[in-house]
Amino acid sequence: MTEVTVKIDGHDVSVPEGTLVIRAAEEAGIEIPRFCDHPLLAPVGACRQCLVDIPDAGNGRGFPKPQASCTIPVAEGMVVETQNSTAVKAQQGIMEFLLVNHPLDCPVCDKGGECPLQNQAMSHGQGETRFEGTKRTFPKPINLSPNVLLDRERCIVCQRCTRFAAEIPGDPGIALIQRGAQQQIGIAEDKPFSSYFSGNVIQICPVGALTSDDYRFRARPFDLVSTPGVAEHDACGAAVRIDHRRGKVMRRLAGNDPEVNEEWISDKDRFGFRYAVRDRLTSPMVREDGELRPASWLEAVAVAAAGLAGAGSVGVLPGGRLTLEDAKAYATFARDTLRTPHIDFRSRPLSEEETGFLRSRVAGTSVTYADLDAADHVVLAGLEPEDEAGTLFLRLRKANRKGLRITTLSPYASEGSRKLGAEVVLTAPGAEKDALSQVSGVTEASVILVGERLATSPGAYSAAAELADRTGAKLAWVPRRAGDRGAVEADLLPRDGGLDAEAIVRGNLGALLVAGVDPDDTADPAAFLAALDQAGFVVSLEQRITAVTERADVVLPVAAASEKAGTFVTWEGRRRPFTQVFDKPAAYSDAEVLGHITAEFALVDAESAEVADESVEWSPTTTDSAATTTDSAGVRLATWRLMLDNGTLQSGDKALAATARPAFVRISAALHEELGDVVTITGDRGSWTLPAMAAELADNTVWVPTNSFGRGVWADLASPGSTVTIEGAQQ
Amino acid sequence: MSDVLVPVLTANWADERAWTLPAYAEQGGYDALDVALGMAPEDVQTMVKDSGLRGRGGAGFPTGVKWGFLPAPDPENPKPRYLVVNADESEPGTCKDIPLMMASPHTLVEGVIISSYAIRAERAFIYVRGEVLHVIRRLRAAVREAYEAGHLGTNIHGSGYDLELVVHAGAGAYICGEETALLDSLEGRRGQPRLRPPFPAVAGLYASPTVINNAESIASVPAIVKNGADWFAGMGTEKSAGVGIFSLSGHVKKPGQYEAPLGITLRKLIELAGGVREGHELKFWTPGGSSTPLFTQEHLDVTLDFEGVAAAGSMLGTRALQIFDDSVCVVRAVLRWTEFYKHESCGKCTPCREGTWWLVQVLERLEKGDGKPEDLDLLLDQCDNILGRSFCALGDGATSPITSSIQYFRDEYLAHLEQGGCPFDAKKSTAWAEAVQ
Amino acid sequence: MTLAAETYDELREIAARYPQARSGLLPMLHLVQSVEGRVTPEGIDACAEVLGLTPAEVSGVATFYTMYKRHPVGKHHVGVCTNTLCAVMGGDEIFACLREKLEVGNDETTADGAITLEHIECNAACDYAPVVMVNWEFFDNQTPESASQLVDDLREGREVVASRGARITSWREAERVLAGFEDGLVDEGPAAGAASLAGLDIAIAGRGPLRSDPRASERVETNTVPSSADSDRVGLDTPPPSGSGGSTSEGKSNE
Repeated sequence: MTEVTVKIDGHDVSVPEGTLVIRAAEEAGIEIPRFCDHPLLAPVGACRQCLVDIPDAGNGRGFPKPQASCTIPVAEGMVVETQNSTAVKAQQGIMEFLLVNHPLDCPVCDKGGECPLQNQAMSHGQGETRFEGTKRTFPKPINLSPNVLLDRERCIVCQRCTRFAAEIPGDPGIALIQRGAQQQIGIAEDKPFSSYFSGNVIQICPVGALTSDDYRFRARPFDLVSTPGVAEHDACGAAVRIDHRRGKVMRRLAGNDPEVNEEWISDKDRFGFRYAVRDRLTSPMVREDGELRPASWLEAVAVAAAGLAGAGSVGVLPGGRLTLEDAKAYATFARDTLRTPHIDFRSRPLSEEETGFLRSRVAGTSVTYADLDAADHVVLAGLEPEDEAGTLFLRLRKANRKGLRITTLSPYASEGSRKLGAEVVLTAPGAEKDALSQVSGVTEASVILVGERLATSPGAYSAAAELADRTGAKLAWVPRRAGDRGAVEADLLPRDGGLDAEAIVRGNLGALLVAGVDPDDTADPAAFLAALDQAGFVVSLEQRITAVTERADVVLPVAAASEKAGTFVTWEGRRRPFTQVFDKPAAYSDAEVLGHITAEFALVDAESAEVADESVEWSPTTTDSAATTTDSAGVRLATWRLMLDNGTLQSGDKALAATARPAFVRISAALHEELGDVVTITGDRGSWTLPAMAAELADNTVWVPTNSFGRGVWADLASPGSTVTIEGAQQ
Repeated sequence: MSDVLVPVLTANWADERAWTLPAYAEQGGYDALDVALGMAPEDVQTMVKDSGLRGRGGAGFPTGVKWGFLPAPDPENPKPRYLVVNADESEPGTCKDIPLMMASPHTLVEGVIISSYAIRAERAFIYVRGEVLHVIRRLRAAVREAYEAGHLGTNIHGSGYDLELVVHAGAGAYICGEETALLDSLEGRRGQPRLRPPFPAVAGLYASPTVINNAESIASVPAIVKNGADWFAGMGTEKSAGVGIFSLSGHVKKPGQYEAPLGITLRKLIELAGGVREGHELKFWTPGGSSTPLFTQEHLDVTLDFEGVAAAGSMLGTRALQIFDDSVCVVRAVLRWTEFYKHESCGKCTPCREGTWWLVQVLERLEKGDGKPEDLDLLLDQCDNILGRSFCALGDGATSPITSSIQYFRDEYLAHLEQGGCPFDAKKSTAWAEAVQ
Repeated sequence: MTLAAETYDELREIAARYPQARSGLLPMLHLVQSVEGRVTPEGIDACAEVLGLTPAEVSGVATFYTMYKRHPVGKHHVGVCTNTLCAVMGGDEIFACLREKLEVGNDETTADGAITLEHIECNAACDYAPVVMVNWEFFDNQTPESASQLVDDLREGREVVASRGARITSWREAERVLAGFEDGLVDEGPAAGAASLAGLDIAIAGRGPLRSDPRASERVETNTVPSSADSDRVGLDTPPPSGSGGSTSEGKSNE
């Protein structure tokens, strides 16, 4: 990369060729005022606030007029003055224009105190305006979406929000409308701004024009304490900033991590935090005479230890919300304290093939976001990044816009795939193995990303591994939950004859230790609940009242992510440590609770803790699919979770929920033509009548969102890998 | 006198059914196309360059040189090239392209074909403002006739050269006369100017190499090809070659289109137009539309070529000579132009969007006599903060009438303040006002 | 109400004229206006659907250009140029007169739905100032009286012919032409009005044009060669027929 040297305010700065003057000035520690400029958005040169004087463009001649430093690249020998009289006059002139129509209502504005306009008006403006006329007025805020409010009077139409929407997530549901002095940000009539990433526009708005419905009038920035954190909603590890006051989260913002999420987070990461204060378990409970009653920690831990020690065989199902530290604690607890091999973090359909894949191809490996930027081709299988891994989606989209080829093996050509510019290989569920073996153009510079949904597609993981081996491409596994990869690293998987999660459910074990598992997420919710009912002893480590706590003999409340320090491991294998936000006296992490039980365990008769593997009746877990695929007339059921759905970590965030996309079943155009807009789908577990829309689908396939209706697909509709029947709904 | 006016583009406007292909062909129409197709495209480019033709849309950039900015075709990554004709004629005072396209659309169409051939474009567009229905009818019909006659389409005149031409109607936005805004508009977007670089020659329409020329510039090409570069270069001045259409409007006895070599003076043109309105004297005028600083009586002998007008402190622009006599209040005129710029500001950049909003308020105050003498300095400082700070030239243009009018008529502004209102009677300026003595 | 299938077909036809479909958006919105009488949300949705855009993007475009109307337009659109030159030459008076006569404000429609009145910016006919546009056809050299007669004729449904253009149909039909569908009226009206020919007349009279023009001599009688030094040619000029209403004008082609 060629370096060029420019002189800015008398300082020589060497920067790569093509660097914009405003960035070069930053290198020199000189801040030029700006509004429309954003380093992650394409330059636009709209606000003109960053005007500087360039007396020498590098060719001995200067520009006769001030230049916008956000759009002009450096040139060797260029001389830039950002603070001489010409530059100051220009900057003050622009600032004065910007304030002509600005309401100056800072005292009642959410942005007040952290407002670039306010701050830069102080640093780069004149004290007094010469404007004596009439300001432009608009009716006060209008909703661009349930989350995002627009105050048009405050807007300086810098276009950061519209550029973000179009460039970053590819959701141009807001646009400049009108023109001239009436130009404003707008939506189409009755069509709210819909984007999983909409909240970012609030954060990058350099004035108080875009505010959060959720946060509006709730706090002043200078009253907030900010703690950096890591988003717990997916396996992407997005950096967040948690702003809180007196023990309550007021809002969450995107953290800035160029290696991971850059400056963007999903709306789920931003707005989904109330679950941590709703329906929380406040004290341990033990079951007495069939009823749960509050108990002291001492008592509850003692009961738990005794019950587990005396149960004979114990199955441990720690779920996927774990920090790496908690995961390791479960591993130690299961293997050293309980001395049981029956441990599995997976709280969704799984397979034996996957167990081997995770252990041999995922644990200890590393593929990074940067590898995606450098790749010549990324192949996705069993993974819908827009819904399942927001940060990954944005990074892939950015790379695609710079030329990255993306191929996705997907049951239908989704909007997400379109935004990624991906070539869609329509692949029916179960056909991934063959499709992977036929993908072309994969080289050692390529990356294969597989999702956890491949567990239900026999041979798919192996085919992905084989493709990687054959081509030298990098291979990574992108799970759904924040703790999943850490659990793999901590080896929360069955070995040494241990049962996997589905076998544990059917295993008639003496006791179950369950944490962070929603039975409805599992392959067979009814079986899971039955297992809880039948188990001799159930210990639940939970944050909130759930179907598991209701069936537990001992319930031990654990800390939410904000209440403990820890480390999430991203899908990349990257460690993402975070600190505690709230120090709540009785909020223990899973590891701490397990530590208490372990301490108690030492007091319990070690003999009774001897695990009796032999007592377990275990049969392979393939019976379900065999039973259901016999219906050859059925349609293959494809499913994944929409980013915003009925997930428990989204409960309580009303504005967020209101931005969820309408959930539709996707059926082929031919079927849609035949059956209309409402269809009844019937599977081996039930029947749903749902709104449907046509899509480009793999043959003989229907797509249903996993957790947008009822108790979800596995509980209410069909078993994983099964087929369903569809008919028109006559109402 | 007889050689003062040289009708070239206007020569056939009085012909019977001049807009039709037969009428155009009768005058030798499309002969130049044969000449051009018999030459190498590069030679046609050279010819236009040698003719000295400079852009007739206002900026005056040499047309042939502009064509030369197209990058050499890249065989590795062949991108289509486009010719786009800017027929968005909207600058106040400018009214030459519209009558040209109404009377003789084939002149433009032939120019498009020759020019496209010269730059090796296989698609061309005429972007015409939407508010001129009959002109659009005439252009579309001319294009249809040209297709039917084999002047457009595949293998034109058996040359092997193919060209598709689309007439595209705009929808009401002055800013689309700015070439990059025009491209965005032609791509179906809001007509807001683009960042440059990349320049349209490198990445224009659909990010492909694109030449954008004013309608009059392109319409001049057939005559140049037919009569030779020397013929054209021999007219006008050394640096401002050829003829151009001068549009006189306002307070002259015979407003209209006067085609003459560049370098003519307003004194001569007014003389041809029968003089200023009876009983009145010239007060101020625009040499090239409202975006060019005003001139006054003292500029009657400025030669109307690019250099002459620039030396006198304005711009030749589009040769839109709006003539205002002594009945007209300059403050009223300038306020109205400023309202126009406010209305037409695209909104993209701060100084133009907010500045024009503010300028109007200050001028309104002054016109009503409610202002203060300091407002004149405020106006000049606002203009200083807009000029050269805006994203495109619209903001610059908005300041021209204000700064030049204060330069020449400061006393008239002050008179409004002294009298508490406008000292002029607007009724005396109308086309139907009785001549004053 | 979504748009009719035929309209969708025509929208697609427009988009297909261009190498990239989105280029068709401006003419497509003209077509929407011709069908719907304004840019309706349904029309926006239709354009968005055909072009694969969001309705917000289409709205952004539709609200940028002044020819697109969000409120229903009357049968005829009457635009009075009030940019500086036309305003000074009488456009302001004409506009004031029509406002009063039609009892509407700017960009408003008469109660009978016949006329939408708007003051417009420079329409490139300054040599015919003051200018009025009806459905974007030129009515040159207007006066309050002629403009008043013009709107009366329009409201009464009498035939009205543009000064330089065709007989007036309706705003919607004009919008259809702007969308790129020819209406067969191209050959109506003259090639040029008198002002457009002002210089040509003098040149022909003086020397003859560059190209031979067999009819040049026919026109000499109406013009006199200006002498070189002596600009005082009293009696020479017949000023443009001021006050001639477009409604009765047959155009001014110099035959």
